[in-house]
Amino acid sequence: MRNAVGREIPDEILKLTGKEPFQGNLYKNGVPFRRYAPIVRPVMDNRHSKLVRDIREALEKCGAHSGMTVSFHHHFRDGDLIVCMVMEEIRKMGLKNITLAATSLGKAHDALVPMIEDGTITRIEASGVRGKIGEAISAGKLKGLAIMRSHGGRVRSLVTGETRVDIAFIGAPTSDDYGNLRGIGGKTDCGVLSYSYVDGDQAEHVVAITDCLVPFPNFPAHISMTKVDYVCVVDAIGIPEKIATGAAKPTTDQRKLMMAEYCTQVVVNTPYFKDGFSYQTGVGGASIASTISLTKIMKERGIKMGFGVGGLTKPMCDLLDSGMVRLLLDTQDFDLDAVASVRNPAHHRITASAYANPFNKGAFVNRLDYVILAALEVDVHFNCNVVVGSDGVITGAQGGHPDTAQGAKCTIVITPLLQGRIPAVCSDVTTVTTPGESIDVVVTDYGVAVNPNRHDLLDALCAAGTIPLKTIEELRDTAYAIAGEPQKVEFGDRVVGIIEARDGTIMDVVYQVKD
Amino acid sequence: MMFLNCQKPGLIRDPYVYAPDSVLLDLEDAVAQREKDAARFSLFHALREIDYRGVERVVRINGLDTAYWEEDVRCAVAGGCDSIRIPKTETAEDVRRVEQAVAEAEREFGIEPGRTLIMAALESARGVLNALEICSASPRLFGIALSGGDYTKDLQTGISGTGVELMGARQHMIIAARAAGVQCFDTVWTSLCDMEGFRRETEMIHAMGFDGKSVINPRQIPIVHEIFTPKAKEIDFAEKVVREIDEKRAQGIGVFTVDGKMIDIAFYDGAKRVLALARASGVYKGEL
Repeated sequence: MRNAVGREIPDEILKLTGKEPFQGNLYKNGVPFRRYAPIVRPVMDNRHSKLVRDIREALEKCGAHSGMTVSFHHHFRDGDLIVCMVMEEIRKMGLKNITLAATSLGKAHDALVPMIEDGTITRIEASGVRGKIGEAISAGKLKGLAIMRSHGGRVRSLVTGETRVDIAFIGAPTSDDYGNLRGIGGKTDCGVLSYSYVDGDQAEHVVAITDCLVPFPNFPAHISMTKVDYVCVVDAIGIPEKIATGAAKPTTDQRKLMMAEYCTQVVVNTPYFKDGFSYQTGVGGASIASTISLTKIMKERGIKMGFGVGGLTKPMCDLLDSGMVRLLLDTQDFDLDAVASVRNPAHHRITASAYANPFNKGAFVNRLDYVILAALEVDVHFNCNVVVGSDGVITGAQGGHPDTAQGAKCTIVITPLLQGRIPAVCSDVTTVTTPGESIDVVVTDYGVAVNPNRHDLLDALCAAGTIPLKTIEELRDTAYAIAGEPQKVEFGDRVVGIIEARDGTIMDVVYQVKD
Repeated sequence: MMFLNCQKPGLIRDPYVYAPDSVLLDLEDAVAQREKDAARFSLFHALREIDYRGVERVVRINGLDTAYWEEDVRCAVAGGCDSIRIPKTETAEDVRRVEQAVAEAEREFGIEPGRTLIMAALESARGVLNALEICSASPRLFGIALSGGDYTKDLQTGISGTGVELMGARQHMIIAARAAGVQCFDTVWTSLCDMEGFRRETEMIHAMGFDGKSVINPRQIPIVHEIFTPKAKEIDFAEKVVREIDEKRAQGIGVFTVDGKMIDIAFYDGAKRVLALARASGVYKGEL
């Protein structure tokens, strides 16, 4: 069946998953549902200890079994040690057919590939998959399906009970013996634990893993003891230098600076740029440069930001320190400055649900004025692909892309026209991960295209006269004139992955790549 | 004029996005000895295949004391470059040797005779002292450029950042270029972390009368454009001067004032030049 972004979703996939094809961003708006509730095992005995000797004991106490679903969070990024540590213990126990439901998977988890090959892991649910696991999935090594869903979509999946987690493992930089967890204060700080809250609420069992046990109460707790069944102390939960690095130096690449300037001009010439505006940006060179140049104009015009939200970096925290933003709402910290800034009283931790869950009573993304995003590919329908590489291999993550793109009043995607020798603006993206109806402006080094549905923005930017406006087709034609029109990737017949829309419908499917 | 290494295809692919006035496609110093033929190959195909969108394409060939320069010329001319830059030019004879090679290449590849221009880089005390004869050596020669690094080595000094060591060469070259009716371009500024120094130097050479500056990084381009693009006030004044001179000349009046300044016919060409530069820079759409 063809969905609202023109993608053919095979009937057998619809039947197998019980899902519907994507039917537009607001298809499930206002549709009631009953929240799933997990089984809770009360702790009333004041002699009860939550401390376990090791991960094996935690697994045994939680009733680990073949066919179960285990969950993890990715605040430790490329420095994460927990996923592999736990999965290795599961493999040693001889358990099979495990569903790995992580918030995201990356290069830190390359060691899981043999567990995919031997059937320990047979299903994966994640925001996306980078590294060797992505290659393994695309090569058809995963027995079941990989489901890629956004940060908000993941929360929806957990609260509706679509994903039922048997054991959630929450890596905590500090914990007390009763399971009060914090993202700071230890030797492996990640700042916040935003993506794990929902696991704490919705999993049948919750195991905290820490390498820094602190006296009770570890307060104020980022995740409360009321949600934690067991606490396991290990030598190391992560590699600090791979979790949060020093702040990236502002780019000196003129191409990125040009795109940043175009982006800034788009922002300052649209009607939402007024005192109290809200803003989210990414960690790419052009995004950070744009934040820096935007700050100068904010100062010139006496405009302050109301709130900044999402994954944070030093430039956003600098805005807080200089009083240019009223408060920051943090879901993840990308550098040490952002981790340190968590102690600022105006720097608030929020949950992934508050951030982006489409199935609560209103998430922060709905109140965004601007979001600055990247993309691997954008097509002439403004559909974006942030997960599948031009070679057809799963290589990226949706993250909050579809959530913020839908929520923000002005969604700007920055991408160089050519990614290496591959046109980033094309006729049809390899895989649709964010629908074109969510994307308002595409900024490239060759000019800026506005979604024709947003004639209000187009009028405002035309009137400004400071932006090299093109149609998206002109950008595509320029890219093709330079690099040629790429041949379509040849896929096999087997569906190996699903790109799930925020509301749980199917945006697209990913096929196995041909050898 | 933005320097680009022909050894790196990614650099010569689409430099026009940065809006330089010209690109210098380098086969000389930036290219490793063993990559000379590969760079030439990239150059030829870039010239043939890439639409540089009006940006002039200057090819810097290897020195006349190397075994490469003649093949460089053939390759550049066959590709259809706009001009050849001769490095380390010291005499008018150097220019004539290249002129002859260019003419032969144009014949060989069926290029319109005279289409390929020449510019000469002066990189030694001798070259600078011979600036006038170099500027006058060929009708194809449209300009000279100072190459500060090699020149200061020859002077047994170094680049200080103040420009004091280049002062004499700059003065001499701009005078020679103007005497011969050709253009004059300044050397590169290599300290990318000192953009203020770059700005100061560009302002200085603009005031000295140079026609442009060589750049090694696209970040430097907006600064050069900002300094060389006539300001609105200058454009307004130039328009008034041209109009008033045209009008007063018809009335038989030779000297008069514009905005309180004494003006006569001597100001005419300068005002016209300001308007032409403003038009070329895209900031003037008037009729004059």
